[in-house]
Amino acid sequence: MTLVDPELSGRVLERALSRGGDFAELYAEARRGFSISLDDGRVERPQGGRERGACLRVVLGDSSYYGHVDGHAEEDLLRVAGSVAQAVRGEATAPARLGAARAAGGHEVRISPDQVEASRKADLLRACDEHARAASAEVAQVRVSYAESQREVEVFNSEGRAAADDRTRVRLGVQVVARRDGRVETGSDTRGGHAGWELVEKDPEEVAEKAARRALTLLDAVDAPTGRLPVVVGNGFGGVLLHEAVGHGLEADAVQKRASVYAGRLGDRLAESFVTAYDDGRRPGDWGSDGIDDEGTPTRRTTVIENGRLVSYLYDVLRARKDGVESTGNGRRESFRHLPVPRMTNTFFAPGDATPEGLIGEIERGLYAVSFGGGQVEPATGDFVFGVSEGYLIEGGKVTAPVRGATLVGNGIEALAAVDGIAADLEIATGYCGKAGQTVPAGVGQPHVRIRELTVGGTAA
Amino acid sequence: MNLDEIARRAVEAAVDAGATDAEAWAEEGVSRRIRVYDGEVESLSDAGGRGVGVRGFVDGRSGYAYGTDLSEDGIVETARAARTAAEAADADEYGGLPEEFGSTPLDGLASSAMGDWSTESKVELTLEVERAARRRPGVSQVENAVYSDAEGSVALANSRGFVAGYGATQAWAYASAFAGEGADLMTGMGIGLGRDPGALDPEAIGAEAAERALALVGARQPESRRCPVVLDAFVAASFIGFIGSMLSAESVQRGRSLFADREGDEIADPALALADDATDPEGPATAPFDGEGSPTRRTPLIEGGRLLTFLFDARTARRAGRATTANASRGSYRSPPSVGTSNLVVEPGEGDLEQLFRAAGDGLYVTEVAGLHSGVNPVSGTFSVGASGRLVENGEPAGPVRELTIASDLVSMLQAVRAVGSEARWVPLGGSVKAPPILIGEMAVSGS
Repeated sequence: MTLVDPELSGRVLERALSRGGDFAELYAEARRGFSISLDDGRVERPQGGRERGACLRVVLGDSSYYGHVDGHAEEDLLRVAGSVAQAVRGEATAPARLGAARAAGGHEVRISPDQVEASRKADLLRACDEHARAASAEVAQVRVSYAESQREVEVFNSEGRAAADDRTRVRLGVQVVARRDGRVETGSDTRGGHAGWELVEKDPEEVAEKAARRALTLLDAVDAPTGRLPVVVGNGFGGVLLHEAVGHGLEADAVQKRASVYAGRLGDRLAESFVTAYDDGRRPGDWGSDGIDDEGTPTRRTTVIENGRLVSYLYDVLRARKDGVESTGNGRRESFRHLPVPRMTNTFFAPGDATPEGLIGEIERGLYAVSFGGGQVEPATGDFVFGVSEGYLIEGGKVTAPVRGATLVGNGIEALAAVDGIAADLEIATGYCGKAGQTVPAGVGQPHVRIRELTVGGTAA
Repeated sequence: MNLDEIARRAVEAAVDAGATDAEAWAEEGVSRRIRVYDGEVESLSDAGGRGVGVRGFVDGRSGYAYGTDLSEDGIVETARAARTAAEAADADEYGGLPEEFGSTPLDGLASSAMGDWSTESKVELTLEVERAARRRPGVSQVENAVYSDAEGSVALANSRGFVAGYGATQAWAYASAFAGEGADLMTGMGIGLGRDPGALDPEAIGAEAAERALALVGARQPESRRCPVVLDAFVAASFIGFIGSMLSAESVQRGRSLFADREGDEIADPALALADDATDPEGPATAPFDGEGSPTRRTPLIEGGRLLTFLFDARTARRAGRATTANASRGSYRSPPSVGTSNLVVEPGEGDLEQLFRAAGDGLYVTEVAGLHSGVNPVSGTFSVGASGRLVENGEPAGPVRELTIASDLVSMLQAVRAVGSEARWVPLGGSVKAPPILIGEMAVSGS
C-alpha cells in the first residue's frame, strides 16, 4: 500500500517549510465505509463512500498552519503546501529524509467487511429485529444499525518519520422500545471493535436480546432513591464515568491550558493503592485501538494511575514537546479534514481481585448502575452529572428492583478517591467521543467498580 | 470535466449499471479559518474539497454512495456502488425522485469581492475583532476571535434530464470575551456574517462580545416567580430553530414531533409570523434548488397564529399526499438529502428593544440559554433550560442575573407571545435563523 510516494512527501514538506516553521507533517488517508439500518421492520439507508485526502500542517512556535485537500494528486499536495507556507513568516528550514512507510499492524481482521455482500448485512439486521421482537409482545419498536469503516493512513513529518496503518472497524447496534399500557422504555446494546465481519457475524442475536431485556426490565422499574449512597458501577460501558470525569482531565491540552483539575497533580496520590488505570491503544481488536496514532506515533499502553498515584498525562506530539516528554501516542483526529488533538484510545481501570457479587454483597442499601445515558462534565472543575439508563437497587447485599430516572452527581477527583473495590471482569465497550468538533471511536471500559459514596439524584419522594 | 458534466456522467453511469432512476450531487469548494489569540495567529487553515454523491433507485429501493475520485473510473465506481447498495434496501412505496424540478432565479449568492482579500488582510480583520473586544474596560480576556469563509459550487443532475448548478460565498467572524474574575467570570459572544469579508464589521463584533460579557458581571440568582420574559435575538433564534426542526414532516411522520396533529390549529399568538425562506438574498442557506432539485421558495409556517404546513421533501410529501416544499437539505456530497429547514425567518414587529422592555414592565431579559436541545421533551414540548440575562424593572433593564431556569412548554410559549421586536438579525448558530427579540407574556422563572 502506498498513498503518497515518500519522494513526493519529501518535496511537499520542503515546500511547506519554505517560509519557515519548526515542524511540518503530511497526513494522507484513504477511507471507505458502508452503513445500513433497519427501522420499523424495513431495511433502509444503505450507503457507502470512498474518500482520499491529505492534511498538511506547519507549526511555528504556538501557531499551527494547516490545510487539507480531497485526493492525493501531486499538484494539489504541492499547492496546499505552498498555500500553508504563505501564512508562515520565517526562514526556510529543511525536512529530514524520508523512507517508505510500513503498516504497523497488530490487529487481526479475518474477514474484510467490504468483501461481504450488502444483502448479508441486511440479513444480519433482520435477524436482530426478529430476535428482539421475539423477546416479548411488549417490544414495540426495534431499530438496528450496522456500520463498517476502513482507513489506510500514512504520516510523514519533517523529523523523518514515515509511518502507516491499516484500520478496519465494524459496529452493530440495537435499540428497542418496549411499551406496557402508557409506559414507554428504551434499551440498547452495541458490539464493535477494530476487527472484521467475524466480530458481528457470530451470535448477533445476543446484542438484540440484551437490548430487549434492558427495555423490558425498565417497564418494571421503580422510582430511584435519593441521597448519598454506595454505588457499584457495571463493567464495560460503565467505564464512561472514568472516561468523562477523569480521562478528559488527563489530556495534555486541557492540562496545559490549566483547564483541568489534574493540572499540577502529577505524582500525587489520588486514589487507594489498589487503583491502577490505563489508556491502551494497543489492546488487540478493541474499539479504540490502532497500530499508530494519527501523528505516526506507535500506540502503547500508558499507565495514568499507578497504585493510586497520578503518573502520566496523555500527549500528542505538540503538547509533549512543550512538556519535554515523548508523545504517548494519543494524537488522534477524525479524518484528514482535522488537526490532531490529545484524545483517549481505550481507557479503563485495571482488573482487581474482587467479584461483582462480593462488591455488592457488602452493601446494605445502594445503587447498582449498569449503564449510563447522557452525561455532562465541567472540565475545569470535574463536576459531573450522569443519567443512569440501567440501574438497580441494592438491598441487604442483593440486587433487587430496577430503578428509573436515577442521576449520579459528583466530582471526578472525589469519586476517584472514593473507589473502594475493583472486580476482575474487565470489559471494553464502544464509545464515540466528541471533542474540538471531532468525533473518534474510543473504547470505554472497566471491571465492576465500587464507589464508597456518591450523590444519587432520584425521582422517589 | 466541470461539475455539471461530472453530475451528468454519474447519473448516466448509474443508469448504465441498471438503476431505474438516479441523481448526482457534485460539489467543490475552498474554505479558510483563522483563529487568533492574544494578538497572534493561533491557527490558520486553508482547505479544499470536491466530491460527488449518487442516489440510485432500483424498483422502489434506494442506495447512496459518494466518492472523492472524480476521474472517469472514479465516477463510474461511485455510481455502481449506489446502484449495488440499493439492492440491500427494502422497497419504499414513497421513495423516488421528486415530480418537480427547477431553479428559482436568485442573485447575489456569490460575491466577486471575495477574491480581493488576501490572507494577510483577513488575519488583520480577525485581529481587529480581538482588539475591539479587548479595548472595552473590564474585559479580562478574549478567549478566541475567529474568522471563517467558504466559496463553493454545486451541480445537481438526474435521470429525468434535470441539470443545474450555482455558486455561493459566505464569510463569518465571531469572538468570545471574558469579563469579571473567579466565580464571577462571564463570557459573551459577538458574531457577524455576510457574503464577503467586507460585509463584516470587526468593531461591532468585538464590541458585542465584550458588552454581552460585561452586562453579566455581578450577576445574582433571582427569586423564583412567574413574569414577562424578553428573549433577545440570539435566544429567540435558538427557540425558533428548535421549533423549526419539529416542523419537519420527517419528525412528524416518525412520531417525534409535538406538532404532529396540529396542522391548521392556532398554536401561536397572531403577533408571531414565521416562514421558511430559501430565497432570502442574505440567508446563509439560500439556494435556487433544494438537495433533490426542486425549486426553492418561501413557505409560510405560522401566520395569524395558525400552523399552516409542515416542511416536506419529495418522499415525505408523497407519504402525506402533499407537494414538496423543497426542503430536502444536504450537509454535503457525503450524505443523501433529508428533510431540513433552510432559513427560518421571523417577521419583524413594530417596537424596538426599549419598547419591549416598557411593555414587559417588571420581568426578565434573557440573553443566554444553555442545554436547549437536551432540555426540551420533543413529544410534550415541555422544557426547563438554564438561562442568564438581566432583570427588567419599571420598563428598564436592571441588574444582571444567572443560575436560573426558565420553564414552559413550546405551544404555551408561542401562545403567550405578546410582542415581536423590529430589530431582526441573522443568527447562524446551529442552523440559519433570522429573528428579532420577542416578548413572552409569562414564563416560570426559577432561581432561589
